[in-house]
Order: sequence, then structure tokens, then C-alpha cells
Amino acid sequence: MTLVKEAPVRPAKKRSAAPAAGRRGRRRENIAGYLFMSPWIAGFLVLTAGPMIASLYYAFTRYNLFTPPEWVGLDNFRTMFQDPRWQKSVEVTLKYVVVATPLKLLLALGVALLLAQKRRGQGLYRAAFYMPSLIGASVSVGFVWRALFSDDAIVDRTQKVFGLDVGGWIGNPDYVIYALVALSIWQFGAPMVIFLAGLKQVPQELYEAAEMDGAGPLRRFWNITLPMISPVLFFNVLLESIHAFQVFGSAYVVSNTQCGPADATLVYTCYLYQKGFKEAQMGFASAMAWTLVVAVALVTAVLFWSQKKWVHYEEAAK
Amino acid sequence: MTSATSSPVVHTPSERRRFGSVAWHVGSLAVLAVVLYPVIWVLGASFKPSKDIIASIDLLPTKPVWENFSGLADGISGISIGTFFTNSLLYAGLAVAGVVLSSSLTAYAFAKIRFAGRNLLFTMMIGTLLLPYHVLLIPQYVMFRKLELTDTLVPLVAGKFLATEAFFVFLMVQFMRGLPKELDEAAKLDGCGHFRTYWSIVLPLTRPALITSAIFTFINAWNDFMGPLIYLNTPDKYTVSLGLMMFRDQEGISNYGSMIAMSLVALVPVIAFFMAFQRYLIDGMATSGLK
Repeated sequence: MTLVKEAPVRPAKKRSAAPAAGRRGRRRENIAGYLFMSPWIAGFLVLTAGPMIASLYYAFTRYNLFTPPEWVGLDNFRTMFQDPRWQKSVEVTLKYVVVATPLKLLLALGVALLLAQKRRGQGLYRAAFYMPSLIGASVSVGFVWRALFSDDAIVDRTQKVFGLDVGGWIGNPDYVIYALVALSIWQFGAPMVIFLAGLKQVPQELYEAAEMDGAGPLRRFWNITLPMISPVLFFNVLLESIHAFQVFGSAYVVSNTQCGPADATLVYTCYLYQKGFKEAQMGFASAMAWTLVVAVALVTAVLFWSQKKWVHYEEAAK
Repeated sequence: MTSATSSPVVHTPSERRRFGSVAWHVGSLAVLAVVLYPVIWVLGASFKPSKDIIASIDLLPTKPVWENFSGLADGISGISIGTFFTNSLLYAGLAVAGVVLSSSLTAYAFAKIRFAGRNLLFTMMIGTLLLPYHVLLIPQYVMFRKLELTDTLVPLVAGKFLATEAFFVFLMVQFMRGLPKELDEAAKLDGCGHFRTYWSIVLPLTRPALITSAIFTFINAWNDFMGPLIYLNTPDKYTVSLGLMMFRDQEGISNYGSMIAMSLVALVPVIAFFMAFQRYLIDGMATSGLK
């Protein structure tokens, strides 16, 4: 951390260092650049671009790993769109994304506003609130969640006090998805930290000026805070929704590897896993994967398109 | 949040400030209670007799017992718990080495070398951040299976050595761009080639970003579930995550207490790392959203 400050920064004598010594120098820079980049380039070709093309090809084949892929045209997609379990998995995933992401971000923003005030213990709270983001994806927490939301455990008993008996969320197809939503919300710390960093950059003068003009806290939030942090809000919305589309481990562990009961937590990737690795339908699973890519790309495109309307960048203001 | 509500009654400024402070602490403590509840629960539960874990509502055991932990000493179907931890440590250690090495090389190229096609490659790298990993899952599996590398750590760490973790490359690029330009210009004048500049000037100064990446990589590898689930199939190669799942399958009902105890033990390295390095983690996370 401190190294940066200690570094011997020479009193720059403003001699613009070697103005790119001609074509030879440029060529040398190119070679150096690609040498340094070579691990990434190899990784990109072998582990990203290659597999993408391969899975696009598999999507149009029947492939069970043991016999060579057999071209079947659009069959996988046709079967997929008519498959009730696939439809169910889309429904479950959309429900999860649409419920969990806004709630998580709302809580993250709320708590970030709270922590943005300079008070004693602020750093400790920030650290404690961030911790679930690091352990939330583990199998251990999956087990804990299963226990907390099972029949007769804390959540169930609390609910019974209010006269609602659903026999524990884990075993109830109508509720189990909300146990997953709760697990996602519990990990609000990561977006919170990003919100906090954004809040720190809002110039205090803006608030002082607004206060002098008689703007109340709500107006100040709406007219200053929100526009000023809209870039980080955008970043969080984008990242959190993309992640939510890909949730797997939590659903798999919390629902006891069954992604149920009654397919109630059959998130998209869970079905993809079942099709690909349990039933060895690699073609069908690849068709599913590419459909997910297209869906995520669409969501990303819509978000980027919409940002013109609500994301406020400093440069644009001037 | 709560402290910002203005009350209709006129208060003196100091009264208002004190009210705000109390409200702030009440709010923060309420959030803290909810956030910590599951962690304290697992801590308490691992010292309760199996039958009490779900049934008893008390957060902490009335009479702490050690049987859950001593039950762990037998291991799971003949494999000692230590094996799972060794496997996880090896996986996480290799992942850290790979990410730090390959991502810093790539980041140096992006931040410090002007080469043709740099901007295009940078855009492509950022693009991979948004790409759902699942589209690569099946072809990668097919490939590693053909190479007969399944049931080894190779498929799990290969990508780490090939800078496919775009987030960390990005983090390091941001950091390296922030270093004073005079440094590498001076190195160049002193006749340092790029490799020496990278190794003895830029890399030491990038230490905070390297530490952040290393810890995140360690934690991600430690928690990784899908990778081991797909690639590892002999129990003595299982990581802690898979070991836990096997525990659940084989003894989950008869030996529930030990399963919870092992869940706790599996969390310890992550929580310890977090406590030691929380500043690096949180600052690293915070910068990711700003640029």
C-alpha cells in the first residue's frame, strides 16, 4: 500500500522521453506487446473463442460424448422451446432475477447511504456487511441456508408467530425460491461497497448549495445523489443482473441437488447442468447455453441503450 | 437513512445531532444482526448435539459439546478431512500463482506498451467479462476429456494461467495506468527493456492490486463448486466443497452435527483471509465500479 508513496519519483525534467524512435521502435513495441499478451491470447483462443464456436456447432447437433456429433439442424431449439421443464426454468430464472436484483440493490444503496455518514465504527460495519459476499457462494452457507429455512427452524417459527404456517420454505414449492432470493439479498455487501465509493465522489458543495436553496433531504437525494451516482448504479444493475441469470451453486445446494421441490428452483443453469452432465445431451445443453448468451446480450444491450436516458456522466453535464 | 428524516418539532442542533447518531447506530446494528445471524448460527450449531440443531431455537448451545468435531476425525467414507483441505489448498494456491503471473503480464501490455491492436484486444477482454461462463462449459469439458485431463486440477487452473480472469486483468490495468509515467520513462532512458521495467519497477508498485487479485482468486477457488463438480470424480481428489456434498449424501442425516461442524471449518480460511486483508478486498472492489 505505502510503496506508492515511498517510490522515488524523480523530479521530472520534462524531457519527453524518446519520441518513439521511428519504425524500428514501433515494431519492437509491437513484438513486446504481443509477447506480454501471449498468455491471454492463448487463453482467449483455446478457452474462450474456440469453445464458443464449438458450442455453437454442438447446438445444432445431437451429441452424447460417446458417438461423434450428428447434425440435426434446429431440432434442439425446437424441442427446447416446447419443453415444459425448459419453460419452467426460464420462468424460475426470470422470477429470481426480477425479484432478487432490485431488492439486493435497494438494500445495498440504503445501507451505503447510511454508511456514507462519517461516524464511529463505520469501517467495522462496512467490513462486516461485506463478508457475506465472500462466503455466500460456498457449499457451507448453502447448508446453513437449508437449515435456517427448513421446517420448524428460525424462519418458520417466526412466520408462525404471524399465523402463517408453510412448513418451512425449503420444502414448499411456492416459497423455496424466496429462500434463494434471501440468500442473494444477504450478499448485498459487494454492490454496497461500490455504491459507497460512488457516494464518496459526490462533491459536498452541491449539497451545501442545495441546502441553502432550501432543498430537503429527499429532494437532495433525488436531484443530487441519484444523478451523481447513476454511473455506479448502472454498473451495479448490469453486473448483478448478469450474475443473477447465471446462479447455480446456491440453487443446487440449497435444494439438495434436486433444484426442487417440483422444479421450483430449477434455475436455468441447473437445468443446463442436468441436461449436459446428467443426461449427456451436450447438443441440447449447448443450445440452452447459446440461448442464455443471447438473452444476456439482449439485457446488456437494453441496459446500455437505456443509460442515455438515466445515467448522468460528468462530461455530458459540461 | 433514518437519520435524515426531519421531525416537525424544532430541536436544537446538538439535540438533532445526538438523535441522528443514535438512529444511525440503531439502524447499523439492526443490519448487522441480520447479516451476522447465519454465521453465528453455524458457530453455535456446530457445538450442539445433532438433534438440537434444527429443533432448538437458541442461537447458542446450552451445553456445548465437542462430538461434532471429534466426529470429523474419522473422515468421510475412509477419506480424511485433511485430504479435502489439501486438495482445496493446492487448487487455490495454483489458481493464485496463475492469476497473479498471467494477469499482471497482460495488464502490463495493456497499460504500458503501445502496440497495434491494443484497443481492440482490450475491448475483447472487457467483453469476456460479460460472457456467461456456461457457454464455454460444455466444449471445455469435451476438450479436457479428449485430452484425458478430467479428474485432475488442470481444467480448473488452466484458465488462471492464461489470464482468462478478465476482472483481475482489468483491476491491474487500472492500477498500472495510475502509476506515475515518469517512472517507466526513466527506466527506459536507463536502458531497461520492457521485461525489466515490468519485473523490477511496475510489478512491485502494483502490489496492492496483486494482493487484491490474489485473495479474491483464493476465495473464489476455495468456494468453487461447479468446476470441481464437473471435473473431479474420484473422492480422494475432491475439494472441500465436494467433500461437504459427499458428507451430506452419505452421513447427512445420521451425523448432521458433524456436517455442520465441517461447514464451519470450511468457512474458516475464507473468514480468516477476509479479516486479515479486508482493506485490500474492499478497496479493490470499490475501484472496480468507478472507472
